[in-house]
Amino acid sequence: MNSRLIMRGMIGFYIFLFFAYLFGPLIVMSITAFNTPGYPQAYPFEAFTLDWFVKLWNHRSMMDGIKNSIIIGLGVVAISVPVGLAAAIMMGQIYHRARSIFYLVTVSPVLTPGVIIGISTVIFWKDVMGVTDFTKAYFYKGIILAIFGQASFVAAYCLLIIMARLQRFDRSQEEAALDLGASFPQVFWHILLPFLKPALISAAVIAFLSSFENYNTTTFAILADKTLVTVLAGEVRQGTTPALSALAVVIIGLSLIGAIFYEVAKRREEAAAQRMQERARLAERSEVIGANAELA
Amino acid sequence: MSRFVVFLLPLAVIAAFWLMSRQEAKLAHDPTHKSFFQRNGTVLSIVFIALVTFWMLFLVVMPYLYMVQESFHPRLPPMKRGGPEDFLTIQQYKSFFVEPSSGNWNTLHMRAFFFSILTSVFVTAVNFAICYPLAYYMAQAGTIQKVRLLMLCLIVPYWVNEILRAFSLRLLLASKGLINQTLMGIGIIDTPIDFLGSNSGLYIGLSYAYLLIMVFPLYNAIESLDKNQIEAARDLGAPWWKIHRDVVIPYAKPGIASGCTMVFMLSAGSLAAPQFLGGPSTLWFTSIVYDFFFQAFNWPRGAAYAFILLTACIIFVLAILKLFKVSLGETIR
Repeated sequence: MNSRLIMRGMIGFYIFLFFAYLFGPLIVMSITAFNTPGYPQAYPFEAFTLDWFVKLWNHRSMMDGIKNSIIIGLGVVAISVPVGLAAAIMMGQIYHRARSIFYLVTVSPVLTPGVIIGISTVIFWKDVMGVTDFTKAYFYKGIILAIFGQASFVAAYCLLIIMARLQRFDRSQEEAALDLGASFPQVFWHILLPFLKPALISAAVIAFLSSFENYNTTTFAILADKTLVTVLAGEVRQGTTPALSALAVVIIGLSLIGAIFYEVAKRREEAAAQRMQERARLAERSEVIGANAELA
Repeated sequence: MSRFVVFLLPLAVIAAFWLMSRQEAKLAHDPTHKSFFQRNGTVLSIVFIALVTFWMLFLVVMPYLYMVQESFHPRLPPMKRGGPEDFLTIQQYKSFFVEPSSGNWNTLHMRAFFFSILTSVFVTAVNFAICYPLAYYMAQAGTIQKVRLLMLCLIVPYWVNEILRAFSLRLLLASKGLINQTLMGIGIIDTPIDFLGSNSGLYIGLSYAYLLIMVFPLYNAIESLDKNQIEAARDLGAPWWKIHRDVVIPYAKPGIASGCTMVFMLSAGSLAAPQFLGGPSTLWFTSIVYDFFFQAFNWPRGAAYAFILLTACIIFVLAILKLFKVSLGETIR
């Protein structure tokens, strides 16, 4: 019994250490955002201030960066979710000998270092867009290249997410609809898409977030433009200011709110499911009782 | 000339597969078989094919091939491209081994390459050691509520991007950082320890950045293991380390392989941690590639180095898959 207690204590200690490692740096950084000295320091804590948040708000290039990041994120979602969906559907129907090579090619961007994706995107599109002056002037732009570069691997994430759900799709539903006279587009829009909706939503969220956070691919593909992350990288390279800590506090705050909302929604969903089950059980029991009463 | 090959090669491969499928369909001759167009309707089929073709050709295959062909060209000003001096050459690859300006061995870049690869292997191993107990605990021992809470705690820090996480570590590890301040305050040391210069910052930063990438595949793999198997092993008197060695780890192999390959790839290709947490004398291979593009403007040589890195990564992944005896399809889930 005693050894079990020791084991349990050790596990607790280990989990504590793990999360201290995970959260420690972030907590220290958050404290520096509220401290007055210009060099971000957590200790000694001189005086409480919100100046760094104001500085952050007035930081022009960072705000421009956020705008570009959002545009790129939306562009990546717009390309990679439909592409992922189409590829997932094709994966199930493709000529079977080609399937393994198709799979290999589609997931290869996930396993390629982001730096290499960025480099190849720039080298390729520089020559392709350079064919005419028109395309060079209007399409050889950092934002467009960043969307292309990021979409190449984000689409593979989407493919994997959508494929996981598509594998659970019951083909007989589709056949039933076709037998009842539905056309193919109708089956797609009214049966397949609603079934895939949760996967499509999570694919879109993941696509946006991984685009927003991406550094390795973007730093090559973005050319002369800026995203939030590349602006941040420039700031960190130049030196350190607590305004960066303030930004981290904002991001942590937002993600905490998101996490809490998600948790509440999940709990509510579960409670509803449980209530349904309870009701079904009660109904069943009353039916049994009724049947018994009839028998009696 | 070689640039056109890049455009024709993928088309030839697609045409070959299409012909093969036609041939096969003719030979098999199954009347219930429906073609792709019959199964999805004409409009949707065209949309699907267009989307996937665009992705595969223009976003994945052609850029890769194009990068490779670029690495076999000499460095030229834009005017001279396609001119008589634009011939195929392996000088960019040679420059990885022999510095072209002096003719000596290029030990600097070779050292950086091996340093990057070995560091990534080391970081992968350390992360596996750190994450395995947590993944095992979450998958087998913890209650549902606890696991959900742990899961949230794991995910929240990962919404903070790579750069800011590196920044937060720098605040801790810098010579004016919290750790040095504390140590000096207590009186253990007199002069600050140079964590960043000695590369400890780099190791910590890499390990810190990719913890989650390791936890989730491990968790997913261990979670589906039947608890009864562990119970049975325990009832038969197996000590805990034997349970892990003979029951859990063999079962979780695909997850382990997947976590290890992902962490290795990300760490070998990482740019943020070496840039912001490495010391002034740290030479990271991707940083060298970065400098070829943004400082030396030598794209062919940068492309050649990128291709060397890619090849090394592919070899490593294949080695891992061989070692764990799993297929690529099992790894990526």
